[in-house]
Amino acid sequence: MDAAEKKQLEITACKIRMGIIEGVHSAKSGHPGGSLSIAEILTYLYFKAMNIDPKDPKKADRDRFVLSKGHAAPALYSTLAYRGYFDTELLKTLRHIGSILQGHPDMKHIPGVDMSTGSLGQGISAAVGMALSAKHFGDSYKVYTVLGDGEIEEGQVWEAAMFAGNKNLSNLTAFIDYNNLQIDGTIEEVNSAAPIDKKFEAFKWHTITIDGNDFDQIEAALKEADTVDKPVAIIAKTIKGKGVSYMENAVNWHGAAPDDELYEQAMKELNEALAALIKE
Amino acid sequence: MADIKKVATRVGYGEALVELGNERDDFLVLDADLAAATQTGMFKKAFPERFYDCGIAEANMMSIAAGIAATGKKVICSSFAMFAAGRAFEQVRNSIGYPHLNVIIGATHAGISVGEDGATHQCCEDIALMRTIPGMTIINPADETEAKKAVKAAIELDGPVYMRFGRLAVPVIFDEDYNFEVGKGVQLKDGDDVTVIATGLMVNEALEAHELLKKDGINARIINMHTIKPLDKEIILKAARETGAIVTAEEHSVIGGLGSAVSETVCEEYPVPVVKLGVYDTFGHSGPAVKLLDEFGLRAVNIAEKVKKAIELKNK
Repeated sequence: MDAAEKKQLEITACKIRMGIIEGVHSAKSGHPGGSLSIAEILTYLYFKAMNIDPKDPKKADRDRFVLSKGHAAPALYSTLAYRGYFDTELLKTLRHIGSILQGHPDMKHIPGVDMSTGSLGQGISAAVGMALSAKHFGDSYKVYTVLGDGEIEEGQVWEAAMFAGNKNLSNLTAFIDYNNLQIDGTIEEVNSAAPIDKKFEAFKWHTITIDGNDFDQIEAALKEADTVDKPVAIIAKTIKGKGVSYMENAVNWHGAAPDDELYEQAMKELNEALAALIKE
Repeated sequence: MADIKKVATRVGYGEALVELGNERDDFLVLDADLAAATQTGMFKKAFPERFYDCGIAEANMMSIAAGIAATGKKVICSSFAMFAAGRAFEQVRNSIGYPHLNVIIGATHAGISVGEDGATHQCCEDIALMRTIPGMTIINPADETEAKKAVKAAIELDGPVYMRFGRLAVPVIFDEDYNFEVGKGVQLKDGDDVTVIATGLMVNEALEAHELLKKDGINARIINMHTIKPLDKEIILKAARETGAIVTAEEHSVIGGLGSAVSETVCEEYPVPVVKLGVYDTFGHSGPAVKLLDEFGLRAVNIAEKVKKAIELKNK
């Protein structure tokens, strides 16, 4: 990836962050912290890595994406909107009555959503099912999923990890959004699953640990994943609330919306960041 | 009546899977380490490359099935009713039900007739649980023939299907000419004094009850309600209008099952007495299945008693 391409991805990620804030502010609810933390991961997947076509969201050979940490829906919706699956104006209808943009991803009504998720721990199993289907029926698409570091406290995640490792589902890549915060506190305070890499390795996965807010490292990890004949877990260390100063590493922004004043501040910060990127 | 062939509905399920496997290769079969018991083992033996054992992890299996279905492929997954509908309820609701995916859940060892394994495995709540999931089809076959026809019909449906099978060998009451249609109750005996609506292994008991009641001069209509959801309201309301009293019979809790479904329909649209026969808000226990059916009052003679109560209520 050259500097120009990286800058373009950074600009896109910044816009996606604005879409997250727009949505959550308009909804007066939702999960900004864990949405902002995965903006680079989703940007890279949807704007660089995945074989997809926004004009043909259901095309049979598309790569699949499952947002196992479904509460980061604002990030997924913003990514899909900026990728061209639907109008970015729709982001302001997040969680409104009559909107397709449900509080958690709904595959039946939202173009580009490959799996309905929201109940933690189930998305990775569905991604495993998709990867199994692809392998069994000889389809070449890949399956990506993003889990939360709190989510992996769910036992079902490890049932899925065990199965994927035993079936050697090398077409499956799981990002763990390791931002170290969950609703009730830091993951250490609550019930940490660390060491995350050792657990996945014990279930016969290949693991790569990166800075999940760095495009170069995301790209390198995905390139490495393509060379490995195992399912791959990318442990992505991220900053919860990344891009909005008062939300960064702040547990209270896991599931709360900014009021009008804080919304203005967040948008000002993101606009300044965007302007700086464009100016550079 | 000397040589009645007895086969468990789970065997019909396994046979149907093999027949389907011979006809098409666009579906997968999953189990959670119970293939020998659920009878998906028949499919596993015939088509090992199309069978995946998820191990003892039912919740994961349900969401894996959802993922397979989300790629446009059909999938059938099996466990005991207790674990399919009970343990994995939330996965069935959220991963399969909410996105209305084409997953068939083959749930075996339902009801008290599990026998010796006892209460932890005797699931009498599965119909109640599954009924609450929007868009879920629920089929509870009465015999081997119906089980086979139901599986073949289910794979053609759009959306999730919960199929309930038994462990115990029960009489085969239908022949190959029997016409099975999802969502259509089947009137097996005509009658105008009362209607018995039965499902699963209670259908055969209802047919026997018909003969018992005949001796007492009672003409009982018998309906096989193999599909609990969507419920055939038409045949129920017709029975309510024409016979004025209904008895329901199921190997399931009287809370939330067939009896509840029929009562809800009748209460709202044409109130007549409905007397429910089933498991009365209690856990089961260990013992030979046939003795448990006697003990829990799931026999023709018990249906006949309920019929007399229903007629009494009707004549009040």
